[in-house]
Amino acid sequence: MKRHSVLRVVAKLFLPYILLFALYVQFHGDFGPGGGFQAGVIFAAAFILYALIFGLRTAHKVASADLLRILMAAGLLLYASVGIVTMLKGGAYLDYNFLRHDPVHGQHLGILLVELGVGVTVAAVMVTIFFGFADRKNR
Amino acid sequence: MIRENLPALQVVIPLMAAPICILFKNGRAAYGIALAATLFAFGAAISLLTQVLGVGPISYELGGWAAPWGIEYRVDYLSGFVLVLVSGMGVVVQLFSPASIKREIDEEKHYLFHCAFLLCLTGLLGIVITGDAFNVFVFLEISALSSYILISLGKHRRALTSAYQYLIMGTIGSTFILIGIGLLYMMTGTLNMADIAARIGPVATTRTVLAAFAFFTVGVSIKMALFPLHLWLPNAYAYAPSVVTAFLAATATKVAVYVLIRFTFTIFGEHFAFEETPVATLLMPLALIGIVVASSIAIFQKSVKRMLAYSSVAQIGYIVLGVSFVSVTGLTGGIVHLFNHALMKGGLFLAVACVVLRIGSDRIDDFAGLGRRMPVTMFAFVVAGLSMIGVPLTVGFISKWFLIQAAIEKGWWPVAALVLLSSLLAVAYIWRVVEIAYFRKPPEGEDRITEAPVSMLLPMGALILATIFFGLNTEATAGVARQAAEYLMGAVR
Amino acid sequence: MDYFGLYNYWIVIFLMMTGFYIVISRDNLIKKLIGLNIFQTSVFLLFITMGKVKGGTAPIINHHFDTYSNPLPHVLILTAIVVGVATMAVGLSLVVRINEAYHTIEEDDIHLVEEEP
Repeated sequence: MKRHSVLRVVAKLFLPYILLFALYVQFHGDFGPGGGFQAGVIFAAAFILYALIFGLRTAHKVASADLLRILMAAGLLLYASVGIVTMLKGGAYLDYNFLRHDPVHGQHLGILLVELGVGVTVAAVMVTIFFGFADRKNR
Repeated sequence: MIRENLPALQVVIPLMAAPICILFKNGRAAYGIALAATLFAFGAAISLLTQVLGVGPISYELGGWAAPWGIEYRVDYLSGFVLVLVSGMGVVVQLFSPASIKREIDEEKHYLFHCAFLLCLTGLLGIVITGDAFNVFVFLEISALSSYILISLGKHRRALTSAYQYLIMGTIGSTFILIGIGLLYMMTGTLNMADIAARIGPVATTRTVLAAFAFFTVGVSIKMALFPLHLWLPNAYAYAPSVVTAFLAATATKVAVYVLIRFTFTIFGEHFAFEETPVATLLMPLALIGIVVASSIAIFQKSVKRMLAYSSVAQIGYIVLGVSFVSVTGLTGGIVHLFNHALMKGGLFLAVACVVLRIGSDRIDDFAGLGRRMPVTMFAFVVAGLSMIGVPLTVGFISKWFLIQAAIEKGWWPVAALVLLSSLLAVAYIWRVVEIAYFRKPPEGEDRITEAPVSMLLPMGALILATIFFGLNTEATAGVARQAAEYLMGAVR
Repeated sequence: MDYFGLYNYWIVIFLMMTGFYIVISRDNLIKKLIGLNIFQTSVFLLFITMGKVKGGTAPIINHHFDTYSNPLPHVLILTAIVVGVATMAVGLSLVVRINEAYHTIEEDDIHLVEEEP
């Protein structure tokens, strides 16, 4: 793709906005439509676009297979451990009311953390699936 | 704190252990984590079952949301019983696995195996414990997706095509179940099982609910490999790694049967399911044909794993037969056989896994002379085989006893006769292996074959002892099964 | 009886049967998966149209509106979509591996290869 300067320039131009939009969808999820799944996919889409334009090797420099593997697991663990914390504080599994003294704050914090976990895992899984297929020929 | 949150922890601990396995990326560490999580799940299941036997069904509100709105986890007699079975088989297979997967799965994939195993266990436990219809679908897919991966780990390339075939069939099955759940939600406006059951009465005769029931029954029949929807099963069992076969044979189809029982008796209610619709008159012939045809096919298999796989299809027939009697005795027989079959088929597949470890093949001709070379393994095979036939003092006898009793109660003599006759077919396929293993001379130059390592013999031996223990001590299993059956039949009256 | 008032169900049934037919009739493993995906998507549509309330708006509380669509089916289907993505990923990766092992993704050819000793 080295010679397609239009593609390269446009992609470079777009990437920050796609990433920013992903973050917006992620953190605006408690006021409007949005949330971890969608944000994760949008984030991964930006990354996949980067890999398509600038090559797999450059993409691997940004996110190595090991990093993705750790992120995949970490997101899920973040989700599940929020539930464990609420249990330790005396509530049921994922009962966010117990996260803070004020139940409303608790709900806010809980859904934020859980969606963050979802977002991280979804983004990492999507990129891993892409790499899994794209790297296949190189082995 | 642990005690009141046990229903959630039952599912969450194996679920959390899976990503931890991925983090470590090391076969040995992953094994330790997986074993610890499985042991915890077994302990939790036993504790839950004793609680249920003591104080009655337990309900747990996930996220603190009250039942019809939030997701409810519900443990009653049947689900407690199946939880113990699934997690117990998980423990046995995990203890058994190290030596076997070392031979059958590449070293760098071991941590992935443990991760997929844990996810499969999570899914199966989740299906059993949840009281929410949609949750059943989600856990069904978690367990199914991980079992496709587990099957595709097999050495032979046909493992890939069998996993693919299973993926197609399994996805169609679970999508059918999803359609059924969707149509139910459309008519009742709720997903909580108890709530659906309470609201389904006025709309029970509408075409939508009938369609929901039809979709659901076909979908779950694919999942439990009821004849003639069993085509995915023999290949999947034959080419998966041996431990995976043992685990799936002992748990996956059993949990699908659990879903059938749960939906027909708790949600739709026996009156609707078996009197308004001709499901019982449909399930019983299919079960009987399945028993006879699959047992007959089993006799002509060249691979022992395939033979046992076809025998599994036949045994599903027995369980469904018990359910289709729609009587307490029949249902007890079905539930007891669900448990007993898991024990003996698990034992048989573990014995085959020992053989595969030593001779690297499961072809029936390669079993020649193994009676002398691997005496413990083959003895275990014979005991579990006798149980499969239904010889007294083994668990297999107990289940057949209940089934025949249920048939006689209803006055259906031909059914009772067929159950007895089908045991002869089991004699035929078990005897083929026994004859070759004990009475045929081994090929020359095969003296180096020795007994399987103790780490494998012990878990297998535990299962074999269990088949005899529960064959003698019938109160333990049959008592709980009868209580579960009475609860299920009474729940709708 | 008004057969076209429920046009969403006709679309669902059409898609469902299309997908199902592709799964059954095609030999190409990828085409089968595409059929499976169409089949699943029809169920997503069934759920989503179920959640529509006539005159209802997006289910975000706002004092200008008092009728909202039912958000629950959407949430359920979000989960089912993720399941569908995972199924496709597993299915396609199996096909990639099958292609490496057999050098074909046609079911007939795979059977031919298998029958050779």
